[in-house]
Amino acid sequence: MGWTGKILRVNLAKGTCTPEDLNMDWAGQYLGQRGLATKYLVEETDPKVDPLSPDNKLIFATGPLTGTCASTGGRYSVITKGPLTGAIACSNSGGYWGAELKFAGWDMIILEGKSKKPVYLCVIDGKAELCDASEIWGKSVWDMDPWIKSRHQDPMMHVAGIGIAGENGVLYSCIINDLHRAAGRSGVGAVMGSKNLKAIAVRGTGGVKVDDFPAFLAATSAAKEVLAANAVTGEGLPTFGTQVLMNVINEAGALPTRNTRDVEFEGAHDISAEAMAAPSGKDGKPNLLANQACFGCTIACGRISKVNEEHYTVQNKPEYWHASGGLEYEAAWALGAATGVSDLDALTYANFICNEQGIDPISFGATLGAAMEMYQDGALTEKDTDGLELKFGSAESLTSAVELTGRAEGFGKELGMGSKKLCDKYGRPELSMTVKGQEFPAYDPRAIQGMGLTYATSNRGACHLRSYTVSSEILGIPEKTDPLVTDGKAGLVKAFQDATAAVDSAGLCIFTTFAWTLEDIAPQIDGALAGKWSVDRLLEIGERVWNLERQYNLQAGFTAKDDTLPKRLLKDAAKTGPAKGLTAGLDKMLPEYYEARGWTKEGVPTNETLARLAL
Amino acid sequence: MQKALVIDPVKCTGCKQCELACSYVKEGEFNPAKSRIRVFDFHQDARFVPYTCTQCAEAWCQSACPVDAITTNERGVKEVHDALCVGCKVCTIACPFGTVNYNASTGKVIKCDECGGDPACVKACPTQAIVYVDVEQAGFEKMKHWAKRTDAGAQASH
Repeated sequence: MGWTGKILRVNLAKGTCTPEDLNMDWAGQYLGQRGLATKYLVEETDPKVDPLSPDNKLIFATGPLTGTCASTGGRYSVITKGPLTGAIACSNSGGYWGAELKFAGWDMIILEGKSKKPVYLCVIDGKAELCDASEIWGKSVWDMDPWIKSRHQDPMMHVAGIGIAGENGVLYSCIINDLHRAAGRSGVGAVMGSKNLKAIAVRGTGGVKVDDFPAFLAATSAAKEVLAANAVTGEGLPTFGTQVLMNVINEAGALPTRNTRDVEFEGAHDISAEAMAAPSGKDGKPNLLANQACFGCTIACGRISKVNEEHYTVQNKPEYWHASGGLEYEAAWALGAATGVSDLDALTYANFICNEQGIDPISFGATLGAAMEMYQDGALTEKDTDGLELKFGSAESLTSAVELTGRAEGFGKELGMGSKKLCDKYGRPELSMTVKGQEFPAYDPRAIQGMGLTYATSNRGACHLRSYTVSSEILGIPEKTDPLVTDGKAGLVKAFQDATAAVDSAGLCIFTTFAWTLEDIAPQIDGALAGKWSVDRLLEIGERVWNLERQYNLQAGFTAKDDTLPKRLLKDAAKTGPAKGLTAGLDKMLPEYYEARGWTKEGVPTNETLARLAL
Repeated sequence: MQKALVIDPVKCTGCKQCELACSYVKEGEFNPAKSRIRVFDFHQDARFVPYTCTQCAEAWCQSACPVDAITTNERGVKEVHDALCVGCKVCTIACPFGTVNYNASTGKVIKCDECGGDPACVKACPTQAIVYVDVEQAGFEKMKHWAKRTDAGAQASH
């Protein structure tokens, strides 16, 4: 148990919804969510498939702890081939939708083919049907979500779906659930849009059982105490959210600023957690109004914020005067430091639009930063941008650009291609801060060396959530390593990657690992599932998942040449801060990493490695 | 001593651990749809509100029940007796707050019974948004909060 044992297979071309049994052998080898859905994708699709063609599949997958009382046990992931990168995409989200899917009696939904006309999938317990979405096609997530609930007279439904961006193929469009939680990266929303699928509405009234309730309750209670007692998960994250990092990373000289030309942002404090909590506006209320937990989460790092009603972005738009999901660190960095904008209300508004239309603020902000640099250099002119003055630091440019990109209009269509294609188009490929076509997030690899290797080797393109070595290199969790050196980082990255793949396959949030190790997680999984679940077994699964993703990418056409970083990071030294004079030492770390992974010098898993992992 | 569940929405984060604990104790599984306490998400107003039965002294559900299936125990808690309940749902209409609900899978109504004096939701809440205190002193913490803020209090201490 832990599993419902059921998969819903939806053929959008034929309009059929068919239940099938979960492959329990695979569940034993790949656990769930990220790992298990990757196994299904690998078995059922050609890695060379065009991501936006009907032959690509889109999988929504829960983990075995999703829907249980394990802290943060509400996660789901979307697994598909990503259109931004051409690599495997796996985007993880919180909110309440994942748990609701489990309560409806499903571990996973596999969507295949393409619908002839816009539809949404409605899942009410065991019953699933495709419904006409013609009235909501062309609407934002914030309009579509209440429309579906109203149509079914069921306010208790949870909805995951796309905005206008996903319908129009913005290559970093997200799938948004519960209005402001996102399966955010790699363009999973564009895949959904390419299938003419607007949303999946779910309502579940069934229960989730675990294998051994007393053992499970003991393990989850003990683990919750660990979270509560930890300074990061018990205090820092609930109080400041992930934004607790803004000033910390800036002081480490690791805040990529103005398209990563600088490593410190003079406006960092103005867009930090501290600024969000400070009184502002006429009513003296702060930007941050409350913190919100996702399903089952005892950390509660989510930000609920409001844009100042007098701010130029909303002064004539009362529909934006309510509170909604506020700035997380990555979004604040991308919308702020990457573009040089330090207007907190403009950032909050831009973040609202990202949620409303379903676009990834990391990729959007980073792409806009690249466009601003091209504009400054004259590679882009006002003729190209439909009159947008793309100056670094311009809040007006940021908020206009996000509106255009969210609606895929005018120059927004070009920004919606992502920075790699945009910079290629305008002849400045070296200005794209991407790996495998995906924009990297809020940590400069010159000042946090492990993150360079993290970005270069991430299976879904540049990403911080595949091996968050910031934990060790900056925060000292589980132990402090020197962020400025490359020594030992290959092993550190591998260890983080494998453990993270296991956590992402369990139904848990990676933020728990500021406090938890697999020693805290294994007993929870062991209580939930039949069989014996040890730390070693989880680590082996994590490594298996990592190698499976790697093989998928190799078969999709990626090679070791793609395990690299933008030239700016490899050649141009950081100008200021603790890393002044340093470049990213990827050349030192990468061969060590391949060796630690049991891969050839060409970055291919050896036969021994594959055999060891039963791949 | 009679006790009461006292809820402070300001402390609630919307995590639903109370719903998970309640449904586990009452149904033997994690199933928020069958929880006797529900958390409402008003995130557009930046508020999350847990809500459950307040155990009315003169309980409308009890008065409305045609088969006397709802009784008051020694702690003042209104309990539904499944053996008597016929699932007519009149109590769900009578309750002004909507906290008595029908369970279609059993054909009986369900409501909070404070877990026999040891409510699971209270233990599960990570932020103490739900506490279980002397029913006659339910306002104690709130009074204390405001008492601390009065000028009169500051002057009295001189």
